[in-house]
Amino acid sequence: MAELTLHQTIFALVTSLLAFLFVLELVRRRRLREEYSWLWLLTAGLMVVMVAWYKLLLVITRVVGAVTPLNTLLLCAVLFLFAIAVHYSVIISRLTTQVKNLAQEQALLAMRLEERRN
Amino acid sequence: MAGDGGAADGHGGGRALKPLVLLPAFNESARVGRVVAGVQAAVPDATILVVDDGSSDDTADVARAAGARVVRLPFNLGAGVAAQTGYKLAVRESFDCVVQLDADGQHEPADIPALLAVVAGGHADVAIGSRFLGGVAYHPGVLRRVGMGLFGWLAWLLTGVRFSDVTSGFRAFGADVVRFVATEWYPTDYADADVLITLRRAGFRLREVPVRMYPRAGGRSMHAGLRPIYYVFKMLLSVALAPLRREPAERRGA
Repeated sequence: MAELTLHQTIFALVTSLLAFLFVLELVRRRRLREEYSWLWLLTAGLMVVMVAWYKLLLVITRVVGAVTPLNTLLLCAVLFLFAIAVHYSVIISRLTTQVKNLAQEQALLAMRLEERRN
Repeated sequence: MAGDGGAADGHGGGRALKPLVLLPAFNESARVGRVVAGVQAAVPDATILVVDDGSSDDTADVARAAGARVVRLPFNLGAGVAAQTGYKLAVRESFDCVVQLDADGQHEPADIPALLAVVAGGHADVAIGSRFLGGVAYHPGVLRRVGMGLFGWLAWLLTGVRFSDVTSGFRAFGADVVRFVATEWYPTDYADADVLITLRRAGFRLREVPVRMYPRAGGRSMHAGLRPIYYVFKMLLSVALAPLRREPAERRGA
């Protein structure tokens, strides 16, 4: 099993940490709501853990049958992104229903108001 | 069959009916006026509601001038959502039943009493106007016929009921059904065959009634361009998922 080189470790650590801090900063400045940030933070956090705790990464690599630890990192990143995308689809579906109900409510109220005026 | 029973004057099944005639409309200013007039002639004591689904033309003004009540959705939300807006109003103002038909003149308002009679007489909870039961010729294109055959077969597979016309937008709902379709159980996204299956699985009794069907008097059909392909895909998906969803029956009447 090919080792994760120091070069790769540093790069992976720095990028994951930056991603984590970037999301945190967005939440702090209230540009991103906490409820939509937790999956990003979890993703970046787990990437940091896997890179820093090399033994864990090796175990996971063996479990999933990947060739190198780097493959495992990539696979995890893709899976996390998939989870985040599905999470957003669920949120969008909920928002769609809420917008639909609001629009119907607004239309019915507007009609009632207009009919009362006449 | 059309016009049998005395439900037109609101006495089907012995009880007075308070029907709401629902016309979802999107950019139908050229046709909606004539349809409203036709409905007034067919069922003079019914309340007519036009739901304007965010039209960019003056559909709402034309419908109001013709004597209908008009709800205007703030933006286009699709025929299913427009129809459900009408169901919600029907629940709030306690109408006994809702008859729904297209605002583009494809359906014959004179067939409304026949649908009402079925619901009012207690013969069924849902009456569906079928283009294929009557003696009137209706010749859809090949693609449409294949699609309708496919959905008819799927609906039969899932409900055990043979529908001759699963994509009909001409239907009457009794009060219980109206309460049901005003909730989130109603599939607002391309609702025709989907709603039949949902209603059947919720335990409602469905019956088809022969109606006349005219070709569109101009304007753009909902089924144009790539839409039919998406439609087929969406229908297959929802038909396949319908039996896997939680039984709507447990919500019925709740």
